[in-house]
Amino acid sequence: MAEVLVVTSGKGGVGKTTSTAALGAALAQTGQSVVVVDFDVGLRNLDLVMGAERRVVYDLINVAQGDAKLSQALIRDKRVETLYLLAASQTRDKDALTEEGVRRCIDELREKFDWVICDSPAGIERGATLAMRYADLAVVVTNPEVSSVRDSDRIIGLLDSKTVKAERGERMEKLLLLTRYNQVRAGRGDMLSIDDVLEILSIPLLGIIPESEEVLRASNVGAPVTISNPSSAPARAYNDAARRLNREVVSMTIPTERKTLFTKLFGRRAA
Amino acid sequence: MTIVARPRHAFRFRGRSFLALALKPEMPVAGWLAELDQWLARSPGFFTGKPLILDLAGLEMKRADIVALLAELGTREIRIMGIEGAEPAQLDATLPPLLAGGRTAGSVEVADAVGPRPSPAVKATITPPPPPPPAQSLLVEAPVRSGTAINHPDGDVVILGSVASGAEIIAAGSIHVYGALRGRALAGAYGNAGARIFCRRFEAELIAIGGYYKVTDELELRLRQKPVQAWLEGEELKIAMLERDEEEAGKWRKS
Repeated sequence: MAEVLVVTSGKGGVGKTTSTAALGAALAQTGQSVVVVDFDVGLRNLDLVMGAERRVVYDLINVAQGDAKLSQALIRDKRVETLYLLAASQTRDKDALTEEGVRRCIDELREKFDWVICDSPAGIERGATLAMRYADLAVVVTNPEVSSVRDSDRIIGLLDSKTVKAERGERMEKLLLLTRYNQVRAGRGDMLSIDDVLEILSIPLLGIIPESEEVLRASNVGAPVTISNPSSAPARAYNDAARRLNREVVSMTIPTERKTLFTKLFGRRAA
Repeated sequence: MTIVARPRHAFRFRGRSFLALALKPEMPVAGWLAELDQWLARSPGFFTGKPLILDLAGLEMKRADIVALLAELGTREIRIMGIEGAEPAQLDATLPPLLAGGRTAGSVEVADAVGPRPSPAVKATITPPPPPPPAQSLLVEAPVRSGTAINHPDGDVVILGSVASGAEIIAAGSIHVYGALRGRALAGAYGNAGARIFCRRFEAELIAIGGYYKVTDELELRLRQKPVQAWLEGEELKIAMLERDEEEAGKWRKS
């Protein structure tokens, strides 16, 4: 039975798409079949981050409206063969998505995959509520700063009220993924501490992703960071988070860049 | 000559609830007015400055009768601000507006003003008909997330978790928060000045009791993140720590 996971945040630019791609690739690398679904109709990005932008023929809207078969719209990743992408339409807007169409699409994906990962658009409007609507669990992506934390809190409230699972009276599982964490700035008190964020949001922690240039580099080359540089600090953090999603017990650490004596002496450029 | 385009001001309207006395005449009106006179003789000035509604439900009065009744009340210095339960067709712009959707409020301090022995008939015309059901408190066991508004017009609100920044609790009675209060809390929102706000960790954006409010910027820093209570003293909203903090306790011991 597939697990439908929504990656959401409320606020934009906190790393939803990056996290969707990285977690999807990390889960797929363990041999499970994974599909990442872009719900950001009109502002799609997941295809770029996955490096599949020139392979999109049909998209989520086509499938949800019944114009294309799911098998026609699914794009298989060239690097990890159990990883698939269902892209969003760039030319349409979010009103083109209907609740019924999304339900049919998700139901069909459930039968084919072990993990269905929905990349939610920012905001709390139609696109975001439809992305979370049929989810079994949610990963709430949050940066350690007040506006992101408050938006996440709002999203948690919506997850507890607007999802099918919540409406059935079941408990919606919500996990916190703290991204762009900078230990130096947190130490100086420029950012909220991990404890502050956990205290405010009071949901379990899935992982802490350190802020890193690797993430930017990965999206620019069109590869999830867990594929482009698996030994980098953010990739290791995402891999740990993926293992926790598989109910493995992994101790919570904040990975740092591995530095050799050489790079320590000559800085990053020497590496 | 230059014509200065003046910026258009946006008008802001806000809904507010106030408590008013509902005065219910009985037929025949002449007899009722006579009883009212007797009663007023014992409690002169009872209606002065009080918002009054005329409850005409079930009386089927015509426009002319209503105008006459209002004039009679006017001679007794009883001013009516609204009419309830009349036929809309019988009212026009010269008469007080027709009100609907009124809720029966708790006891109105009539007994004190009435004096020792009010005649039963007149008393019945002043007090609102059936007593309201006992105030129900609302228990919220989950944290109140940002963007959530909890409005409880019947009594106290008890929240076991925290109230997030951007969340709002509105209660007729007191508000008790056993976690951190980071959002807004409006206690006594339907006129109960005796309502209070209690919280374990005070980081609120705004608190209000009985319509008097304070925003966090105005609050003393030493109260932040502390267990506090807030109450109304006259027209002043007071906030104080529930427990003496370490420093103060030290001072107290020394003295």
